Amino acid sequence: MTHPTLSRTQLHPVTIELNGRTRQGHSAPRMLLSDYLRHELGLTGTHVGCEHGVCGACTVRLDGVACRSCLTLAVQADGRRVDTVEGLAGEDGVLSELQAAFKRHHALQCGFCTTGILMSSADWLERLRAQGRRPTEQEVRDMLSGHLCRCTGYTPIVSALMEVAHA
Amino acid sequence: MKPAAFDYVRADSVEAACALLAEHGDEARILAGGQSLMAVLNMRLAQPALLIDISRSASLARIEVRDGQLEVGASATQAALEWRPTLTQELPLLPLVFPHISHVQIRNRGTVCGSVAHADPSAELPLCLLALKGSVVLRRHQGQRVLPAEQFFTGMLSTARAGDELLQAVRFPLARPGQGFGFREFSRRHGDFAVCAVAAVADAQSLRVAVGGVADRPQVREWPLLDGSALDDALNEFAWALDARDDTQISAAARRHLVRRLGRQAVEQARTPV
Repeated sequence: MTHPTLSRTQLHPVTIELNGRTRQGHSAPRMLLSDYLRHELGLTGTHVGCEHGVCGACTVRLDGVACRSCLTLAVQADGRRVDTVEGLAGEDGVLSELQAAFKRHHALQCGFCTTGILMSSADWLERLRAQGRRPTEQEVRDMLSGHLCRCTGYTPIVSALMEVAHA
Repeated sequence: MKPAAFDYVRADSVEAACALLAEHGDEARILAGGQSLMAVLNMRLAQPALLIDISRSASLARIEVRDGQLEVGASATQAALEWRPTLTQELPLLPLVFPHISHVQIRNRGTVCGSVAHADPSAELPLCLLALKGSVVLRRHQGQRVLPAEQFFTGMLSTARAGDELLQAVRFPLARPGQGFGFREFSRRHGDFAVCAVAAVADAQSLRVAVGGVADRPQVREWPLLDGSALDDALNEFAWALDARDDTQISAAARRHLVRRLGRQAVEQARTPV
């Protein structure tokens, strides 16, 4: 199957399954997925920090896999599943297991990095769980190295993740 | 930090990608994982006219053993290789290396071939390909060629790939009985690019040591069995031959020191029975 070339001067329809619901918007080829989520679809839970993949604030799940939305084009997400922090809590507003653990352990202060960390951790813990593995603290810290947090010093984040992973 | 405008096209087969490359040549860039390219585009260090996206090609995402080599296709992610259950038996060097390659979230999307094609002198996967005597498969619209890693890397972010060629796959020779592997890296932060990285492959007859992060491309030396001060001398000669430079991270003298120290440690690890 061949695909059409999307012109730089036009907007193109982009349809994604966002947190379980089909959403459509329009995007030029150069638009980043992070900007598409925030500006086109109005979901500002995905934060934008460095825009070159270093800080981790913009991490979302694309077809279940945690990745940087600032290093992904909106048009690349067309027809795929995207999960953001807005989808973690239940319809009734009840926090997910991970979010509740973050609250209990005071694993956030300003919250800027938190949404990315939650999305990374959700994917990573699910994958380990599928393999029947429980991570060591070193492995948790290793995974967290992909996120910059300037408030907490990471210790409460590690505690929250260890509690969920070993629950 | 937004990329300049470009046209975008998805190519799901090697033929489609090569036909587009033949038509657009140097004006086009292949987008696989985008973990180097998208950052480069966001910073406008490159402004290609067309992006050819191969990231959703199932045929190019294959990782398979063929003729004693593990062949990794152009759109296979680093995570797909890292989480491969048989990797420890096939390529015991790589599980030692993966924790040093950026972060989980980047490896989830970054490709093995993309890292090799980008040819950052500090990157770990080009270093491993060189250390393991791997090769690259370069495909163009009509025909393909296979180049050993030693001939592929030609300088800082530079390779022997022509503008109309796709790096279709990389091939790592499988580990043989009697081979041992070692890896050591020094970087400023966990997951950062290496200030110096050393991979070592040892067997009963010889020793092969590759160094990244120092010269303008990964470099390799192969010696017959060396020990004690003869090994120190060989590593010292290698360190000086890499033409290390002072930069904002570290001095040339410190880099040479790292080559000697990490070199020694990597060799010892490679010689330690598993």
